[in-house]
Amino acid sequence: MSGRPVAVIGVGQTRYRTRRDDVSIAGLVREAALRALEDAGLDFADIDAVVLGKAPDLFEGVVMPDLYLADALGARGKPLLRVHTAGSVGGSTGIVGASHIASGAFERVLVVAWEKQSESNATWALTLAHPMSTSLVVGAGGYFAPFIRAYIERSGAPGRIGPMVAAKDRRNALRNPYAHLRIPDITPEMVEATPMLWEPIRYLEACPSSDGACAVVLGGRTAARAAPGAPAWVLGTAMRSEPIAFAGRDAVDPRAGRDCAADVYAQAGIADPRRDIDVAEVYVPFSWYEPMWLENLGFASPGEGWRLTESGATAIDGDTPWNPSGGVLSANPIGASGLIRFAEAAQQVRGAAGDHQIDGARTALGHAYGAGSQFFAMWIVGSECP
Amino acid sequence: MSPDRQTGSPDETLSGGHTVEFPGGYTRSTGPVIGRFLTELRDGRIVGVRARSGRVLVPPTEYDPHDGSPVTGEFVEVGPAGTVTTWTWVAQPRPAHPFTRPFAWALILLDGADTPLVHALDLGPDSGPAPPRRLRTGLRVRPRLRDERVGDITDIACFRPEVDRITAPTRLDYTIRAGPALTRYLDAQLEGRILGMRSRHGTVYVPLRDVDPTDGSPGTEEVELPDTGVLTMFSVNHVPDPRAPEVPFVTGYVRLDGADVDLLALIGRVEPSRVRTGMRVRAEWLPPEERSRTRPSIRWFVPAEKGEDDR
Repeated sequence: MSGRPVAVIGVGQTRYRTRRDDVSIAGLVREAALRALEDAGLDFADIDAVVLGKAPDLFEGVVMPDLYLADALGARGKPLLRVHTAGSVGGSTGIVGASHIASGAFERVLVVAWEKQSESNATWALTLAHPMSTSLVVGAGGYFAPFIRAYIERSGAPGRIGPMVAAKDRRNALRNPYAHLRIPDITPEMVEATPMLWEPIRYLEACPSSDGACAVVLGGRTAARAAPGAPAWVLGTAMRSEPIAFAGRDAVDPRAGRDCAADVYAQAGIADPRRDIDVAEVYVPFSWYEPMWLENLGFASPGEGWRLTESGATAIDGDTPWNPSGGVLSANPIGASGLIRFAEAAQQVRGAAGDHQIDGARTALGHAYGAGSQFFAMWIVGSECP
Repeated sequence: MSPDRQTGSPDETLSGGHTVEFPGGYTRSTGPVIGRFLTELRDGRIVGVRARSGRVLVPPTEYDPHDGSPVTGEFVEVGPAGTVTTWTWVAQPRPAHPFTRPFAWALILLDGADTPLVHALDLGPDSGPAPPRRLRTGLRVRPRLRDERVGDITDIACFRPEVDRITAPTRLDYTIRAGPALTRYLDAQLEGRILGMRSRHGTVYVPLRDVDPTDGSPGTEEVELPDTGVLTMFSVNHVPDPRAPEVPFVTGYVRLDGADVDLLALIGRVEPSRVRTGMRVRAEWLPPEERSRTRPSIRWFVPAEKGEDDR
């Protein structure tokens, strides 16, 4: 990315659960923020600006949550900005935070993204329809299922690929203390035995509904030098969007995603993502989005993504591990999910990913998408200052 | 025995109501330990007594039930909050019970106590015959004390769950305007016509809209489209939805003949297992008297008639 170097100098996450009844919304976001500050060796007073990410307000019924949470995040008297780009919002929030530093305007920025899905019903909020038009999708799964079927028909992928991804990511989640779904000894057969929700998506091929928050502290060179832990350097950031319906749109392989990837790779000097990226945290809320995004992100040729998954290349011990944290399939506080991908990518190159650390990870991709596969946000982080 | 009624049948045993009550009620001397507990309770405090082992007994007794040793003279204020250690649900309360609605008897370990107190637990006015899901071991509770206390265990009316969630009703009332293009589209549907827009790129959008979404340029002409097309993508939904007839139901994208974008639609009159990508479909219109300017007039799309090439 252009401008001054940007580093991730602190990461904090909450445990992701179906319900975090033990905390208020403010308590939830503070939990992540205070952990990120502790990781960075800072407190609220050291922060120059705060960026808050959050999916639609109807999810919790809190309008303008940034204003509501300003003092809980130590933002009194400081610049505070709210970001909302649907499911990709966590990623976009990280990118807005990074541009705050790259611009030279700020030295230390706190970035927080959250969702408390238990406060209402995301499917209700996502399916609210304009009364004068047709809306016949039942939540996100109902919306994405036709695209997934189209991918399967187009690529000739065998039905076992989705369950393989679902089992792989859930096995990875067992190594991640923050993950929501913890299913010991999960297998593809177990996934295939769960009820069909929206063909071809089965119950265990869909992400859970989670409460949770994620925070990162971003800093410039000075802040990175003073930080107690290893920084992750931001090597590139990109965002793209496209309309939900236009003539020639390919909802299976959206152009906005391809363009976004090409942009971020060019900034980070990535010529071949499969070779040059050591580990990727990619937004896969339904199992089949792994092979679909393997192609969209250029890790595989069109129609070949499922072969990469089937070969085991994306497993935690494969040559291009995807979602070692367990991914969105294992924890989905929607507004935070994209920032979690970005933060997990940073933890990998900081060598701070714990039991799901990929040995020697030096370059990592964080990816998020949202709405009708319309909004994309990506960053590449590395262990070396650019 | 004072039978109030006699039945005519010789086979039935004679029965009737009967009450025994000592006039004015028996009295109990409380002794120094239980008396202290009840006196403190009348003042709004709950105390236990420390046993020689160091354990705090609540309600207090004059001896440690564990080994029979006398307790110390030390009274310790406990609670008022506590934790449910076990419970039983009373689905049909009896007249002597503290509630007429279902409630729980619970063993409650008050904070600072080492022995649990048995008391009534009220889960609220919506309590039904089945125990509420939130009732579980580990539930945090607090007592509701009566305003007029007399020094009796019923000075605690009941325990109630701690407040850990409130509801925040939210409602926004809107006036929705369809805008000129959607209004014309819905009006045309009243006559069984489907309107689209040709963009300056030559592509045809449906429903009718004002501008091309790729560049915002205005449309060049209105076009009428047939009500037949091809199913480009679909899903079989097993999750119920009030807008669909039954599960499983099919939703899909229909590319009307001559259009360049798909319509999202319900697919009907076909076994879900027989639906396939590329299937030719046609609109099934609502009867004219059921059509409305405020919602789509196509009930769903159905497989095109027999004989038509559906490949």
